[in-house]
Amino acid sequence: MLLVVQALNGLQFGILLFLVAAGLTLVFGVMDFINLAHGVQYMIGAYLGATLAAATGSFWGGLLLALPAALLVGLVLEWLVFRHLYARDHLSQVLATFGVILFLNQGVKFVFGAAPLQMPVPEALSGGVPIMEGLLYPTYRLAILAAGLATAALLWFLVERTKAGMLVRAGAANAPMLGALGVNVDRLFMLVFGFGAMLAGFAGVMAAPILSVEPGMGDNLLILAFVVIVIGGIGSVRGAFIAALLVGLVETIGRSAMPDLMRLFLDPSAARQAGAAMASMLVYVVMALILAVKPAGLFPVKR
Amino acid sequence: MRWRDASLPLLVFAALAIAPFIGFGQGHALTLLARAMIFGMAAMSLSLLVGGAGLVSLGHAAMLGVGAYAVVVLDHAGVTEALVVLPVAVLAAALFALLTGAVAIRTSGVHFIMITLAFGQMAFFTTSSLAIYGGDDGYTLFSRMEVAGSRFLEGRLAFHFTCLALLAGTWLLVQALLDSRFGRVLRAAQQNEVRAQAVGFAPYRYRLVAYVIAGAIGGMAGVLLSQAAEFVAPAYLTWQRSGDLLFMVILGGLAGPHGALVGALAIVLIEEWLAELTEHWRMIFGPMLILCVFFLRGGLVGLLRR
Amino acid sequence: MSALLELRGLSKRFGGLAVTQDVSLSLALGEVHALIGPNGAGKTTLIHQVSGTLAPDAGQVVFLGEDVTALGLAARARRGLARSFQITCLLPGFSALENVALAVQARSGSSFRFFRPARGEAALNARAMAALDEMGLAARAGVPASALSHGEKRQLELAIALAMEPRVLLLDEPLAGTGAEEAERLIALLRGLKQRFGILLIEHDMPAVFALADRISVLAQGKVIASGTPDAIRADAQVRAAYLGDDE
Repeated sequence: MLLVVQALNGLQFGILLFLVAAGLTLVFGVMDFINLAHGVQYMIGAYLGATLAAATGSFWGGLLLALPAALLVGLVLEWLVFRHLYARDHLSQVLATFGVILFLNQGVKFVFGAAPLQMPVPEALSGGVPIMEGLLYPTYRLAILAAGLATAALLWFLVERTKAGMLVRAGAANAPMLGALGVNVDRLFMLVFGFGAMLAGFAGVMAAPILSVEPGMGDNLLILAFVVIVIGGIGSVRGAFIAALLVGLVETIGRSAMPDLMRLFLDPSAARQAGAAMASMLVYVVMALILAVKPAGLFPVKR
Repeated sequence: MRWRDASLPLLVFAALAIAPFIGFGQGHALTLLARAMIFGMAAMSLSLLVGGAGLVSLGHAAMLGVGAYAVVVLDHAGVTEALVVLPVAVLAAALFALLTGAVAIRTSGVHFIMITLAFGQMAFFTTSSLAIYGGDDGYTLFSRMEVAGSRFLEGRLAFHFTCLALLAGTWLLVQALLDSRFGRVLRAAQQNEVRAQAVGFAPYRYRLVAYVIAGAIGGMAGVLLSQAAEFVAPAYLTWQRSGDLLFMVILGGLAGPHGALVGALAIVLIEEWLAELTEHWRMIFGPMLILCVFFLRGGLVGLLRR
Repeated sequence: MSALLELRGLSKRFGGLAVTQDVSLSLALGEVHALIGPNGAGKTTLIHQVSGTLAPDAGQVVFLGEDVTALGLAARARRGLARSFQITCLLPGFSALENVALAVQARSGSSFRFFRPARGEAALNARAMAALDEMGLAARAGVPASALSHGEKRQLELAIALAMEPRVLLLDEPLAGTGAEEAERLIALLRGLKQRFGILLIEHDMPAVFALADRISVLAQGKVIASGTPDAIRADAQVRAAYLGDDE
């Protein structure tokens, strides 16, 4: 029974991870651009959501206004910083986008203070849904799951069934080809970039009511998103989806099961500490194992 | 070694040598300089990998962590003699590098970055699970180690010059390695792996040896870090710390260990200087990094060379 | 006459496409054995299998009497099997001298030497300089490889191969992209070299091939369709139909 709840939590975390990882994998795969600042897009989304919800007095108002705002922030960053880095080597990209992280993490602290913001759960989605006898699962968490799956479906449709999506896939397989074919690469890059930023921002808004909105909240998620795209195969949206759910489940179930497992060997307090650490480690062990067997990830993009 | 590559580090070492006597002899200033020098050693060892061998590791903080936790384990067991602790810690870090490097070096590019990150995270979470050594809260050392029975390292100046000597030694070692036959093979394999193979060098072994050497130096830096703070915590091994080391190397420039040296000193000292100006110093430091990438193609040492 | 290099029944498929089909040939000391054939005949794929960058699906590569089929590029190079590349393959940041010195270093003692500056090793530099000199590049020794002209890069490739003191040279289109004068100079150089080892040559420049080769094998669709002296190949009707007839 507990396992069902843990599995749902894991899937829901995985979905959020996917929304962040999808943009990351496309930007990396299509533009060969390592954007460490993708995690702060998620944070910006959460802050925008929380602030705009407070301003409009409604979750929905916050959500609706936060999406275009997140897109705008993404495009401004692209214009100011990122587009000057596409032609540079990976190390330069990493250093400059790290500078963006430092600035924005501190920037939100400067504007909003270090204390976490709260965003209310919308009235319509408060309460719980009985998923089993005597077991209520929060409606809002189910809504995240549904919204995430719907977004994933939309993304699949855009990438697999539209002309822009075809170009994106072609770009992931062979980016220089696009320019040679006369595609306006700059505009495609901006499109991909803005869309990725908006997805990450969407994840941030969705997560805001259940997590605390605070500076640096995107940093650890960013690293997990990198784990996801490497496991999934760089440039593969489908790979990112599967890997995100996998990582979400491993992380969440490991966190609840590991301390119990440790209790077999250690006294309770030591077991709790060791178990939590082991659970966090599990994701990286899984990644190392997958890369040992499939060095290009689960769904390598054919080049 | 070329003279112009040597002149900059020699200048830096000279400045560090006279710093305590020209107004930087206070406790706070010396602590800061020691920290800068220790990160200088770690960054130079990483530059052997990044600049020399083309191996971009995002797990180098784990090497420092293994060194620092070797101090903790021995301290807990009552061993605090530097002549024992330092070699054990360095060997432990080298062994960790050997085991993880043997796997990681089979990959390349982004996958190498991620697999070194994975090993770094495993080390981080392992240390935070060690309840016996304080877990997340870390472990406070009662005092610095003895050196051949004397409490030499307790002296502020003695510690400063110990760090400086090891810093200069690290620079000499890394520069010599890069200039040697061994380093030539490493650099060749970085520029064009097929070419290196076609004349008969299989790069794997050379890269692994470089990884182990860098790990050993990192372990030494970890020992010094534990001594500087008289405290060790899992925070030493976070991926952000590995990232910081990488940023020092990139910001300084990849042309040689002197780049990493300058990068480390610049980052530690500028951070401190900005932090004194304003609580929100990162809002200045972040854009500074971005501007450096835009306008300084060869890193900080590239600027000096113009 | 015992062969330096012998290919026995090499075969390789890429998916459904047979790119090398049961290729057997041999190479003796002092011999230039040229491989010709239309584009896509599988010449470069074959060279890759001989040098060790590609593993064949079946067959053997025997070098100096040893079966080296399971060895990689580096291990075969250490045994004296040197190759040049169709697309220039150099160390762009190294000087011409250091490009060659690396090859000399591979043939003289361990490279796990950590402290002595390699650039100061007179013995390495002298032998590298000799190889550069032989290729007419001595005056350009200090120039970074990336700053050399195209023809000079081809010469440097050959100097590196020479410095490896190989027993067999695999040359993949050494004249590609060179002007008429440069080509002539390279042909003269190659002719002067051939007594020291065996050369397996891929080249599109037919006059050069007929001027240099002692034996020619014609490859079409991965198969050797003819093999013999230049005169015999010139006369072979099958070859004319498959290859020489259509303008290359």
